[in-house]
Amino acid sequence: MTLSAEKLWFIPALPLAAAAVGALMPRSGRAIAAGAAIAAMLAAFLVSCVALSTALADPAAKLVHNFAWFDLGTSALRLGWLLDPLTAFMCVMVTFVGALIFIFSLGYMKADENFKQFFCFLSLFAAAMLGLLVANSLLLLFICWELVGLASYLLIGFWFHKPSAAAAAKKAFITTRIGDLGLLLGMLWLYNSTGSLLFFDGGAGVLETAALGSLAAQFTAGGLAVSTAIGLLIFCGAVGKSGQFPLHVWLPDAMEGPTPVSALIHAATMVAAGVFLIARVYPLMSADQVLAHVPLHALTVVAFIGAITALMGACIAVAQNDIKRVLAFSTVSQLGYMMLALGVGSWVAAIFHLLTHAFFKALLFLGAGSVIHSAHHEQDIRRLGGLRGPMKVTFATFAIGMMALSGVPFLFSGFWSKEAILHAAHGWEVSQLPFYAALIAVVLTAFYMTRLVAETFFGKARSDAAGHAHESPATMTIPLVILAVCAVLLSLLAWPSPWLQHQLDPSAHSEPDGISLMVLSIVLVALGLGSGWAIYGRKPRVSETSADPLATASPGLIAFLAAKLKFDELYAATFGRLNAASAAFANFLEVWLWGGIVTLLARLGEFTGLVNREADERTLNGGFNSVSEKVRGTGLAYSRAQTGDVHGYLRFIALGFVILVLLVVMGGAK
Amino acid sequence: MSPLQLCLVLSSLLFCIGLVAVLSRGNAILVLLGVELMLNAANINFIAFWRYGPHPDAGTGVIFVLFSIAAAAAEAAVGLALVIAIYRHQQNIRLQEATRLKG
Amino acid sequence: MNLLPWTIYVSFAGAFLALVVGARSATAARWVALATAVAGATLTFLAAREFVPGSSLQTLVDVPWIRELGVNYHLAVDGISLTLLVLTGLAATAGILFSWNIEERPGEFFALFLALIGGVYGVFLSADVFVLFVFYEIAIVPKYFLIAIWGSTNREYGAMKLVLYSFAGSALVLAGMLWAYAAGGAHGFGLAELSAAAVHIPHGTQLAIFALVFLGFAVLAGLFPFHTWAPTGHVAAPTAASMLLAGVVMKLGAYGCLRVAMPLFPEAFAYWQPVIAWLALAGILYAGFIALVQEDFKFVIGYSSVSHMGFVLLGLAAATPLALAGAVLQMFSHGVIAGLLFAVVGRMVYERTHTRRLAELRAMPLHRLLPFAAVVFVVAGLASLGLPGFSGFPAELSILIGAWQAKPLWAAVAALGIVVAGAFTLRVIQVSFFGSAGAHSAPPADSHPLPPITLAEKAGALLLLGATVYVGLKPDVLLDWIVPALQSPAFQAVIKGGHP
Repeated sequence: MTLSAEKLWFIPALPLAAAAVGALMPRSGRAIAAGAAIAAMLAAFLVSCVALSTALADPAAKLVHNFAWFDLGTSALRLGWLLDPLTAFMCVMVTFVGALIFIFSLGYMKADENFKQFFCFLSLFAAAMLGLLVANSLLLLFICWELVGLASYLLIGFWFHKPSAAAAAKKAFITTRIGDLGLLLGMLWLYNSTGSLLFFDGGAGVLETAALGSLAAQFTAGGLAVSTAIGLLIFCGAVGKSGQFPLHVWLPDAMEGPTPVSALIHAATMVAAGVFLIARVYPLMSADQVLAHVPLHALTVVAFIGAITALMGACIAVAQNDIKRVLAFSTVSQLGYMMLALGVGSWVAAIFHLLTHAFFKALLFLGAGSVIHSAHHEQDIRRLGGLRGPMKVTFATFAIGMMALSGVPFLFSGFWSKEAILHAAHGWEVSQLPFYAALIAVVLTAFYMTRLVAETFFGKARSDAAGHAHESPATMTIPLVILAVCAVLLSLLAWPSPWLQHQLDPSAHSEPDGISLMVLSIVLVALGLGSGWAIYGRKPRVSETSADPLATASPGLIAFLAAKLKFDELYAATFGRLNAASAAFANFLEVWLWGGIVTLLARLGEFTGLVNREADERTLNGGFNSVSEKVRGTGLAYSRAQTGDVHGYLRFIALGFVILVLLVVMGGAK
Repeated sequence: MSPLQLCLVLSSLLFCIGLVAVLSRGNAILVLLGVELMLNAANINFIAFWRYGPHPDAGTGVIFVLFSIAAAAAEAAVGLALVIAIYRHQQNIRLQEATRLKG
Repeated sequence: MNLLPWTIYVSFAGAFLALVVGARSATAARWVALATAVAGATLTFLAAREFVPGSSLQTLVDVPWIRELGVNYHLAVDGISLTLLVLTGLAATAGILFSWNIEERPGEFFALFLALIGGVYGVFLSADVFVLFVFYEIAIVPKYFLIAIWGSTNREYGAMKLVLYSFAGSALVLAGMLWAYAAGGAHGFGLAELSAAAVHIPHGTQLAIFALVFLGFAVLAGLFPFHTWAPTGHVAAPTAASMLLAGVVMKLGAYGCLRVAMPLFPEAFAYWQPVIAWLALAGILYAGFIALVQEDFKFVIGYSSVSHMGFVLLGLAAATPLALAGAVLQMFSHGVIAGLLFAVVGRMVYERTHTRRLAELRAMPLHRLLPFAAVVFVVAGLASLGLPGFSGFPAELSILIGAWQAKPLWAAVAALGIVVAGAFTLRVIQVSFFGSAGAHSAPPADSHPLPPITLAEKAGALLLLGATVYVGLKPDVLLDWIVPALQSPAFQAVIKGGHP
């Protein structure tokens, strides 16, 4: 069975239709909305599998279907679908993990009154992400990218009655939008340099040789190749969406959303989009590699940003006490790994890690969700503890996820993908610093994950909520089990042979594995696990107030890490202030300057009027007025006669009448 | 005395009664009554001079009087309306108090 | 095609009829007004179906009017005017639907409303600058009365400010036109005659005349720093009038710039181009920042209008084919979206809650009390911040691509404006409808259920929403008209002038 590229729109359209069904259902149609969402995801999964089989039939082929969106006379903006192994693998992963998260949400969100909207938004989120994956045009990718941002806004702020959730949603949207600004500008530049935004278009696409050659042959003011500049602008978008330093601040706050949303954001959809974007435009990012004498290569920046993020995320995760925040910073750190892999030239390793990470991070988040659900929304690991007994399935699956994330050797998929990245970083010619940063992050990752598991599941319950915890329902545990199995089985993609690598990038030649490097990384993981267990596992925390061993050792450092390196404060003090100041300044101008000018002009007019009136009254009207005053005075004097007394008037009339009569009579006498 | 003279005496008496009423009464309605009396005295004169005048067949006197009665009716209506308006304003119709229109 | 002039006549006839029947029955006035607006909109749709896109102005009527001056009553249409005519029809219909509840002197209200609409149709159809000016003035006068009689907050001030600005703008336009007529020795006011005559005007004079005419029109388009009439005017105006003000009246200014000022003096335009572009950019950012700190719901929307009109002006200033097409598309898009936002704020919220203070709205569980209004506002807000799927996205995208072609820095600064737009729109969405109070707790004791959203309001909202989504998904419907129109020699001269 094969799937042609024209039909590829089925994959995003299915969840989109489910979202429409959810939106149109009345509030009571909970079952239908949820059922439609899950059915659509499963159907999309099946279509994705067909797409995968089609793509794997000829991994080097790029199946495309392009069409015009709107015509602008001489040029047209065109969109299209693209099917290649990268798209197909990502689609399979997103639909599979997505479907499991949807099923998990059935149980998790059961009591929520906005259950129906939740599934509607989830479907929209998945649809946007899938649209992004099948896009063969940077424009279509950007459109879906924005819709992913919108859906994440709606979902993170789903419990909008919590001010922190509303703020987190806004922060996520605005922060990623700052990154999108770069992507948008990169897109504009790309369009105006090449006249197209299609990735592959029979030789005329922007990721094909002709366009790349011309982009790398032009230079901007600073001596950068145009392709480098465009690549860096596009990378800004990825930095925002994938939570890379320095725009990572929204990702931990995004924990305010319901836990399935966190799982979706951290595993399958939103943050994966940034890594996917760079992998997709990798030919563009690496176009400047052929140039020896440029001040900067785009991928160098990517590698260093990735290394910084990996190290920073791991450090901060050590000092967090919220179960979801630990996982959130571990996501930041793992995304740093992926970016590092992209930067050092191994986009295949990055995608491999993206796929494995999606499974075990979804597993970990859903496991955390299961813990939170049964512990009455207690998220602080200092108040949990001892959950190993009552929540056996959750514990077992969480432990598998933790080992996969830590990179416990051989059995777990995370080990292989991380190994591929370390290997690539080690072989990078530009600098070994990212490699060392990644090694330190390996130790820290194993350490904080051990701490998380020890604090949450070992020892004894340190609060009533944890004490009364019980295993979650089957709708929640079954996805956990499936994901756990996958976290293990995905090792097969890389071992015994690097199969995935060949499928994704048939041109790449596989290098022999560095055994020494693998040994080194195993030692480091063991070091992390061992020290974590030594500090947190052997002597479990007694009560929620007892001090953290690390905090007693170095209170200042841990407090600084716990405060997330004060990035929020830094941004609030700089950009936040700048923004507020600009707004206040603009408002000031509006009220006092422009408003003032208008008022001034009005006052000026009024003043002129006053002057004119004075002149009029004093000089021109003066003569006329004095005459009329006199007339008026005379009138006043005469009006005294009008007493208002009717009888008085009548008497006068009668008197006049008598006089008239007398006159007539006397006249008659003459 | 001739019939004409009798009529004139009657009308003079009526006129004087009306005049006294107009001049002496404070109640606006009574003043109005006085005015009507004076008017009717004049009407009697009209009829008398017509009936005993040189052209008793012409019908002019009756027509005149009819017009005069119609005018009186209209005038009475206006007068009463004024009275009511005054009443509205000062809650009585004593003319001594209706002095608002003084200059 | 000869249907289009009837939009003007039908509107004026409807205005007269509404005045006559309005004295007896408010209901009759409403139905007359609605029938007139729908008739106008239907005429534009029917004409649009028959319209054959082309690069020239297609003459509809051309009869001599004032022979001594060479003024002809000349109406003509091309893709650009057709787009705006369709917008006018939509905005008028929706405006009537949203003023269904006017109880105070409904006859006069609808009469003035329809007279304004008639003037707007006239402006968009005029091919003679004198006729255009006459219709332009006809459109300005009813605005004053609509605001001063039926307005709210500070209405005399708002109305007076608006009218003073408008008349000052018209005065500049008139002066510029007469100067061009005299200096070029033209024999008429037709666009073609004037532009033929403009060639003979010395360059320095051209610069001055262009500045007068462009500024005169741009005042009405909300060009920074001559925009201050817009927010106060919008706030003071009754809902339907704010919808028209933001929806079509501001477009009159932009249309005048595009139709009259720029084609007549392409060289002068090239000289002033950077100034206009930077003023437009300043307006985008400046108004966006102000919207961020406003405490009055309607002021936020008012300033967002100025910010979005900045994109139109930027598109005009960039003057590449893409940017001009985007500018016209943005005129349409902003007309629809701003109308929708004002309808929600003014009609659905303010007339029910009697407050526009965000601090007070925050305390009301408005998304529960008015769920329909909340959904419409969220969707309209998302459309306004340029999300794909709505008409604002292709419009702003075309403007940005075009601006980049002219000067990449312009596009970069304008894109920054999009982030600011995101910030203030989300803020106002959250504060107004999804305030923290009362989502899961019971509504406050003093909150009584608000009157439900009426059918007329729903119909109006759905009409505008449908328009923005349809154009957002298929911008071709409008661009197929607009793009050929830009091929005309007049606009090609503008494009060449901007990019020698």
